Amino acid sequence: MKKWLALLLTLLLSLSALCAVAEEPVEIYFLNFKPEIASVYEQIALDYEAETGVHVNVVTAASGTYEQTLRSEIAKAEAPTIFQINGPVGLQSWKEYCLDLSGSAFYEMLSDKSLAVSEDGAVYAVPYVVEGYGIIYNDAIMEKYFASANKATEYTSMDEINNFAALKALVEDMTALKDELGIQGVFASTSMAAGEQWRWQTHLLNLPFYYEFADMGGDTILNGLNAQEVQFSYGENFKNIFDLYTENSVTDKGLLSNKTVNDSMAEFALGQCAMVQNGNWGASQILGVDGNTVADEDIKFLPIYTGVEGEESQGLCIGTENYLCVNSQVSEEKQQASIDFLVWLFSSETGKAYVKNDLMFLSPFNTFEEDEKPEDPLSKEVLRWMEMDGVQSVPWTFAAFPSEAFKNYVGDALLEYLQGSMDWEGVSQVVVESWMMERAL
Amino acid sequence: MQKTLRKYFPMFVLPTLIAFVIAFLIPFLMGIYLSFTEFTTVTNAKWVGWKNFDILFFGGKHIEGVTSGQLLLYGKVSGEFLNALWFTVKFTVVSVLTVNVFAFALALLLTKNARGTNLYRTVFFMPNLIGGIVLGVLWQLLFNGILSHWGKTLVSDARFGFWGLVILMNWQMIGYMMIIYIAGIQSIPGELYDAADVDGASGWKRLTHVTLPMVMPSVTICTFLTLTNSFKLFDQNLALTAGAPSKKTAMLALDIYETFYDRSGFEGIAQAKAVLFFLLVALIAFVQLYLTRRKEVDR
Repeated sequence: MKKWLALLLTLLLSLSALCAVAEEPVEIYFLNFKPEIASVYEQIALDYEAETGVHVNVVTAASGTYEQTLRSEIAKAEAPTIFQINGPVGLQSWKEYCLDLSGSAFYEMLSDKSLAVSEDGAVYAVPYVVEGYGIIYNDAIMEKYFASANKATEYTSMDEINNFAALKALVEDMTALKDELGIQGVFASTSMAAGEQWRWQTHLLNLPFYYEFADMGGDTILNGLNAQEVQFSYGENFKNIFDLYTENSVTDKGLLSNKTVNDSMAEFALGQCAMVQNGNWGASQILGVDGNTVADEDIKFLPIYTGVEGEESQGLCIGTENYLCVNSQVSEEKQQASIDFLVWLFSSETGKAYVKNDLMFLSPFNTFEEDEKPEDPLSKEVLRWMEMDGVQSVPWTFAAFPSEAFKNYVGDALLEYLQGSMDWEGVSQVVVESWMMERAL
Repeated sequence: MQKTLRKYFPMFVLPTLIAFVIAFLIPFLMGIYLSFTEFTTVTNAKWVGWKNFDILFFGGKHIEGVTSGQLLLYGKVSGEFLNALWFTVKFTVVSVLTVNVFAFALALLLTKNARGTNLYRTVFFMPNLIGGIVLGVLWQLLFNGILSHWGKTLVSDARFGFWGLVILMNWQMIGYMMIIYIAGIQSIPGELYDAADVDGASGWKRLTHVTLPMVMPSVTICTFLTLTNSFKLFDQNLALTAGAPSKKTAMLALDIYETFYDRSGFEGIAQAKAVLFFLLVALIAFVQLYLTRRKEVDR
């Protein structure tokens, strides 16, 4: 019996010794959302520790698993002190863990305060990057087309393409001449593999809902958040552009279900197609591909035209779904340390250099001067479209989509539509019904 | 010896016991508790009683103040669970039969003392050493490569996904079951066959009256393993079809996973699904064990 007691005591002793070791100075835990830039964050963490002595622990969730990772990490004793949500809908899940940032130095840096996610006067999340998406095109191939003797359209430059009718005529004529142009299709594959459908069920779906909620007057995201039901009245417009993508694609309709976003971007980079719908974050996927044939200056943006009246003045879709939050359930020292780190990252010379050159973020903070904006071709195009006279950017209304499940149901329906097991009527019905059900949550 | 063993018994058991409690018992009990709650993280749960089970069994119609939209959504969620259950049952029946028939046939062939037997045993066993996700991705490439001749892919039709999963499961499990059957066949005493020969039994009679009854313990183990493994299949399902098209090829485990992560507020319902899933697997496994045990011959 004595022996047992001794054994137990030693066990306890060693355990408490372990606990004592675990008590360390303030440490920041940053749960990163973007795997493509994880290595940059690790470098930043090293620099920050060298400069201030505060250790930053950067953990990156694998692509598409951020919610899962956050859920298990935040339940731990060493919980993330900085994490990210995707907007007002994400806030509903994480509100209890979001610190009110109003009055903090980090929030004060934000140039347009309306971009932050706030509720009842409290600011819960601050965006750190502004992004834009549209149709990326390869200007070299377009020039080749405009110079062709066999073309059937009158267009001589991309500036004349400012609505869906023009885009459709152009694309269909290009498909007819695809051998001459040396492409396999005008558009890159419409990626429909599981987990690869977000360009359609989120980004493209943004446009019909933007117009539907704009018709109600006021802010489209707020209208969307309040909408218990939707009409999907611009569904035909969605069909217009979706059909155009898939009928003039590199890949046969029936085979799209195993294509990924990477496949599409590679097709564009290798010059197998002239256009691909994606955002400025895709720059590295074009420039970094082995055998890339597209020159920097040939990468341009075109707004996504869908055949809505007056769309000549429509711009790119500009917004964000990357918001940073500080965990409200960790110690106050840690909260303050986290805010200090974020302020340092987006306002110190070292931090800003990283943001501009390595993270390639278009940051919405007033600490960045004109000449401190990123220089990759797509970010520059986003800025060009944002500043163009008479052009109205489309906000990211999809922040109001009711849930991840809603998007997945729409993605499933689109796949069935492509494979011929569902007609367009069915797709519209899925959109309307899933919205109503998911909103009822 | 006995006495020393008894004295130190707790000490030898302790490490395993601790591991069992931490890695199995605590999560299991927590899981059952969480199925009666609403939660976002497992340490922060709110008790809601039978609500989650009500949603699964009755589409939530006993909940106070439930709206018509919520009823539709709950109906959909429980409908998806039933669809996944039906798909899983179909898949399990087909794969238990095919895996065991093929594995037994191979075991018979490879106990005939032919040349190269060991090589073949190794070859058939090898797929078992590859992880489920890798297998799923490999077979997806293979199937899509073949189907592309007809302009189709694995997810063009739910039937493709079903048979794809069956083929994948067979490929992976046959080798393992075969080894168990070989062990069973090799342990049958030769005198039994000698006696059968003296009685003038044909090859078929020898198989059905000597070999089969004598390998019943192996049959029990193999059906148990294939049954539970098919029922719980997840990795292969996720990598091969991920439920496409429109969740028609989602099995129970995948359905639970998607319920958990696709909407906020449905974690408790997913947990309730998981508890039902556990009860179902346990029940089926017990019934199967009882039925096949009865057929075993005492030596």
